[in-house]
Amino acid sequence: MAQHHSSNAGGASHQEHGAGGHHGSLKQYVIGFVLSIVLTIIPIAVVLNDLAEGTAALVILLGTAALQFVVQLLFFMHLREEKKPRYNLMTLLLGLVILLTIVIGSIWIMQYNQVYH
Amino acid sequence: MSTHNMHAHAHASGAGALHGAGADAHGHHDGHHDLEELRTFGFWIFLITDCILFGTLFATYIVLRGNMNGGPTPHELFEMPGVIAETFILLTSSFTGGLAVLAMNRGAKGGLIGWLIVTALLGLSFITLEVTEFVKMVHEGATISTSAFLSGFYTLVGTHGLHVSIGIVWMAALILQLARRGITSVTRRKVNVISLYWHFLDVVWIFVFTIVYLMGVM
Repeated sequence: MAQHHSSNAGGASHQEHGAGGHHGSLKQYVIGFVLSIVLTIIPIAVVLNDLAEGTAALVILLGTAALQFVVQLLFFMHLREEKKPRYNLMTLLLGLVILLTIVIGSIWIMQYNQVYH
Repeated sequence: MSTHNMHAHAHASGAGALHGAGADAHGHHDGHHDLEELRTFGFWIFLITDCILFGTLFATYIVLRGNMNGGPTPHELFEMPGVIAETFILLTSSFTGGLAVLAMNRGAKGGLIGWLIVTALLGLSFITLEVTEFVKMVHEGATISTSAFLSGFYTLVGTHGLHVSIGIVWMAALILQLARRGITSVTRRKVNVISLYWHFLDVVWIFVFTIVYLMGVM
C-alpha cells in the first residue's frame, strides 16, 4: 500500500491510466491545503494590520478569495483532470455567468436606485 | 470530477473490494459505473444551482449591509478570533475530506471511515462555534429583525451553517453505511459526492469570511 501510495504521489499512476485519472494524490491535496492557508492568511493580515485601504484592500481580499476558489477546484475537486467533453467545466461556467449577473446586477441597480437611497 | 474516476480506480486499487465481486460481474460493472458517474454529474449540477442560491443571498446581503437601522454595525458586532478559528477549522476539514477520498482510492476502509469521522468532527466544531457566536449576538440584542443588515447576515451565514449541519448528518449516515457495506461502486460514488459537497461548502465559506467578516471589519 505504501508503495502504491508513493507512486500515486509522484503522479506515475496518472500517466498509467492516461489523462483524467481523477482520484488525486496526497501531494496534490497537500499543495492545495498549503496554498489555501497562505491565501487565507494574506487577507487576514491585510485587514487586521490595516496594510491596505479602499480599492487596494478590496482587490487583495476578493483576489485571494477567487484564487482560493480556483485552488479548491483544481487541487481538491480535480476539475483539471476531467475527460472531454468537459461537461463539469461547462456547467460551472454557465453557473458562474448566472451568479455574477445576479450579484453584480443587483449591486449596480441598487446603487442607482433613488427610491432605496 | 472526471468520468475516468471509477475506471482509473478499479485498476489502481489492485486487490480492492471491486475485484472481489468476481469476473462475471465485470460487464455489469461498466454499465453500473456509467450510472454512478451520471449521478455524480447530477450532483455537480445541484452544486452549481446551490452556488446560484448563495449568489442571490450574497447579492441581498451586499445591497442591504449599509442599513443598520440604529442597530450594531459589523465592526461592533463581529469578533474576529472566533471567525478566524472557524475558517481554519473548515479549511482543515476540506483537506481531511480529501484524505478520506485518498484512503478510499487505496481501498483502505478503516482510513476512509477514520478521515470521514475527523472531517465530521471538524464540521461539528465549526457549527458549535457558529451557533455560540449567533447566540451571543442575539443576547446582545442583534437579532434577525433588528436591521436589514442583520436580516441579510443571518440568512446568508445561517444558510451556509444549515448546509454544513446537513453535511454532518449525511456524513454520519454514510459512515454507518460504509461500516456495513464496505467500499462498493455505490458507496464510492457517495463518498466522492459528499467530498465535492464539503469542498463546495468551504468555497462558500471563503466568500462569507471575505465579504461578510473581513470587509465588515475593514
